[in-house]
Amino acid sequence: MTVTPNKHIAVLLLCVAAAACMQACRKGEEPAAQPTVTAVAPAAPGEEPIKGFFLLNEGNMGSNKATLDWFDYETGQYSKNIFAQRNPGVVKELGDVGNDIQIYGGKLYAVINCSHLVEVMDAGTARHIATIPIPNCRYITFSGGHAYVSSYAGKVQADPGARLGYVAKIDTALLAVVGECSVGWLPEEMAVRGGRLYVANSGGYRVPHYDSTVSVIDLNTFEEVKKITVAINLHRMEPDSHGNIWVTSRGDYGGAGAGIYIIDGNDAVSSLQLPVGNMALCGDSLYTCGTVWNHATGSSTASFAIINTLTKSVVSNSFITDGTGAAMQTPYGIAVNPDTREIYVTDAKNHVTPGTLYCFAPGGTKRWEVTTGDIPAHIVFTRKKLI
Amino acid sequence: MKRFCFYMLLAIAPCGASGYIFAQNVADTVFAADEVAIGEVTIYGVRSKATVRETPPEQTAAREVIPVQTLSGGELQRLSVHSVADAVRYFSGVQIKDYGGIGGLKTVNIRSMGSQHTGVFYDGIELGNAQNGIIDMGRFSLENMESVSLYNGQKSAVLQPAKDFASAGSVYMAARTPEFAGGKKFNIKAGIKGGSFGTVNPAVLWERRLSERVAASFGAEYMYTTGRYRFSYRKKNGYDTTEVRRNGDVRALRMEQGLSGKIEGGEWKTRAYFYGSERGYPGAAVREEPGMFRHQDRQSDASFFMQSSLKKRFGNRYSMLLSAKYAYDYLHYRSDPRLDVTAMYVDNRYRQQEAYFSSAGSIMLFDWWSAGLSADLQYNTLSADLAGFVYPQRYTGLTAATTALHLRRFRLQASVLGTFVSETTRTPDAAAGNRHKYTPAVAAWWRPWKETDLNFRAFYKKIFRMPTMNDLYYTFIGNKDLNPEYTTQYNAGATYAREFGSRWARRMEVQVDAYYNRVTGKIIAMPVSNQFRWTMLNLGLVEIRGVDAALANAWQPGTEWALNTRISYTFQRAQDFTAAANSYHGDQIPYIPLHSGSLVAGGSFRRWGFNYSFIYTGERWNASANIAENREQPWYTHDVSLSHTLTARKKEIRLTAEVNNLLNRQYEVVQCYPMPGTNFYFKITVNI
Repeated sequence: MTVTPNKHIAVLLLCVAAAACMQACRKGEEPAAQPTVTAVAPAAPGEEPIKGFFLLNEGNMGSNKATLDWFDYETGQYSKNIFAQRNPGVVKELGDVGNDIQIYGGKLYAVINCSHLVEVMDAGTARHIATIPIPNCRYITFSGGHAYVSSYAGKVQADPGARLGYVAKIDTALLAVVGECSVGWLPEEMAVRGGRLYVANSGGYRVPHYDSTVSVIDLNTFEEVKKITVAINLHRMEPDSHGNIWVTSRGDYGGAGAGIYIIDGNDAVSSLQLPVGNMALCGDSLYTCGTVWNHATGSSTASFAIINTLTKSVVSNSFITDGTGAAMQTPYGIAVNPDTREIYVTDAKNHVTPGTLYCFAPGGTKRWEVTTGDIPAHIVFTRKKLI
Repeated sequence: MKRFCFYMLLAIAPCGASGYIFAQNVADTVFAADEVAIGEVTIYGVRSKATVRETPPEQTAAREVIPVQTLSGGELQRLSVHSVADAVRYFSGVQIKDYGGIGGLKTVNIRSMGSQHTGVFYDGIELGNAQNGIIDMGRFSLENMESVSLYNGQKSAVLQPAKDFASAGSVYMAARTPEFAGGKKFNIKAGIKGGSFGTVNPAVLWERRLSERVAASFGAEYMYTTGRYRFSYRKKNGYDTTEVRRNGDVRALRMEQGLSGKIEGGEWKTRAYFYGSERGYPGAAVREEPGMFRHQDRQSDASFFMQSSLKKRFGNRYSMLLSAKYAYDYLHYRSDPRLDVTAMYVDNRYRQQEAYFSSAGSIMLFDWWSAGLSADLQYNTLSADLAGFVYPQRYTGLTAATTALHLRRFRLQASVLGTFVSETTRTPDAAAGNRHKYTPAVAAWWRPWKETDLNFRAFYKKIFRMPTMNDLYYTFIGNKDLNPEYTTQYNAGATYAREFGSRWARRMEVQVDAYYNRVTGKIIAMPVSNQFRWTMLNLGLVEIRGVDAALANAWQPGTEWALNTRISYTFQRAQDFTAAANSYHGDQIPYIPLHSGSLVAGGSFRRWGFNYSFIYTGERWNASANIAENREQPWYTHDVSLSHTLTARKKEIRLTAEVNNLLNRQYEVVQCYPMPGTNFYFKITVNI
């Protein structure tokens, strides 16, 4: 074993310190005053470094192929399809169409759309804890000890075709639904801001009668207090650190393209000219991806833009700088590691074959890629190591 | 967001591997059956020499220019199967996609080219489905079938409608032709079948001789089943669950009226057909909280058609065949959140109409050379109460010219088919462009030795399927710029038949064919635009290399014994070469096993009849990536039946008992669609 120059320096410093200490002791002087540490607030998140992330693969509807993957930063290993092996007793594995995944209070929540349930696992082991049945559940978000899950399947009114969606309130200690609140048509992602839950209503099945509103629910009363008109067919939602909520619209797949909208602190709505299908926030940077289909050439072009949430402007038209984006068939999921600012983009391809996860350095060059399950879509980072 | 796509896809033809989900929902979409027997009729021309004969293929399979397999008569009746789809499973080179249960969709895929390339003919006229190009073979009961035949390429007749040249492979179902023994004026056949899944299936057939030359028949059949059965899923050292398949109930009524007659040098036939059903869709058996939600998707449908044909010989050299048909199909699909909290509301009606006329003529130029020409016209419409639906109409003209050399030990047939398609839509500028295509086929047959029944044969055929109306016009997904999907087939094979004088072995027949097929411009669904919009594109490329083999034997173990056996084996390497960049390039396409086969042994002893059948399907993949997660287990089933015939006061009474899936094997043909375990049926039939 060779000794590096750094180690020489370290040894030298250690000797100097030891000598100084002995000098002090020998002199018999008072030690320097020690700081007093008091816990005055909960530890800020981010203290522990990020250990890994879970990736939820949706799987094509009716194929029962929702699967869970795990990436471990320490070992650098990507483990595909970990749920079945860790939960051999769970009948028919994770289920049909994994639509969202989040961590809260040490538990991993996977929303399994067409299995009509939320699978609750231990975030440290990915082992089954409970299932919470919710018909046609879509997305999940958390606030104050409660989970909020959006669902298409609200109460049926006189016209069964105009059935509203709802948000289910789950007590995360009981792991049971404790309240329901009716919202707009086919609600998708949600965001919490100032004691209120914002819900993006899509109305996606009701072509051409899309919904175009965001429902606002007061979390104290758990009642819808107002609706904000934004744009048709809303989908994703992301709150930033400046009091804005960013909402995407899928458009109508025809004349009206996909877009992104901003609901500011006063619930006023503005928009940016950018086709956004999905997005992820890191600091003041909102990473977005979207594709535009050109019927004339029969091909689609993907865009990977960064929006500065402070200036509300597009600061980069391509956060992928090495041309890898052109190789992607269907950019689908997006996530950014808050510690390292590494960017993750998934390619869902044709939805019935295994997808690919790409990892990019913060500068936008590809670090690695790996094969995932079918339709890799939703990523959640964890500061707890999976054992 | 797959669910979203699903609803957009609802009612569209299966596309890519995702197809099966909605296929189950909609592919049942109305078939238009048809009739008018041609298949089993001897051709009118100077007998034999001129054209390739069309006598029952079971006797001439070895001499057919084109590979054919047939099940008919007693052999067909002895198989303990309910539908034509169940019978077709015993042919080599065929895969049936079966969604389980009596009511589950069953489609036929010949030599891995895709079920939309399979033409299905009922009594000589093709059944159509312009909406999605799929015929549910599970709907045709064997109750009134005389024979079921499978042709690779095309039926090698000279006198036939142009449509008979227009598919990559065809299944011909021939209804029973009235025959009156010993001066009888009428026949009555009445029966009832019942058993597992609460099945009740009465049927009656009444045949009457109106004059020396004219006969009438009327048939009616009703079928009810709860569709309920237990199924299990097990994992080694893991879960073990048994559930009950629900909402698979079916009520179906079939009524047919036929009239047929003989004229100077020919015959005519006409038939009216009605089929109506109301059924539930049990859906994919995916993870759910047990017993929490009820799935209540329902479909009701009605199909009506009327068809006629006239075949006549003029002089010694010229023959003519005229056919006409009108069909109306209706489908109503419902999914109601008031009944099923998980369901999204769907309430759609689809209506199709088809009018068809064909004129065909053949001429014998010499005793050894004949030629034929046929022209068909067809009109199709589709309406659907969907937002943005364009209401397409399709006009199809088909012209086929064929010629056949018919020497003693060599035969050659060549044909060319011209297809002309024009479409209009109610919405301006939404229609696909006109299409004109010419496609050829050549088949040859050679018998090297006069005394030895060893024959060699080969064929080449290029043909396409038109994009279905769903492919072209389904709201959002449809793409009117689609091109037809082509198949090219090369086949070479041999047949050998031998009669033995031996008391034990009476006869043996072997068929072996090797083939190479290419499917180009395969129509598949792809996500485009933002990831929520899909469209149909001509992207796929599939290459199929296969071997079909069949061995049929007739035995006579004792004087009062008769035994027939049939063994079939299929090898198919069907590879997806769609995208070279894809790591699954060259993998086996979904649901095609490398190896599959069947064995049937049926026979009689005095008044007893018995049958044993075995089907094996090897390992398959449920998606285009051949990885462990997509592997489907091999499966095999054993079925047995026993029947006894009594005679009382000139009435013949036949009692049958069947046990299917004897070993209670739990299996799936299609992923998440479990098949039933052991099931039983009893049947009583009276012939007067």
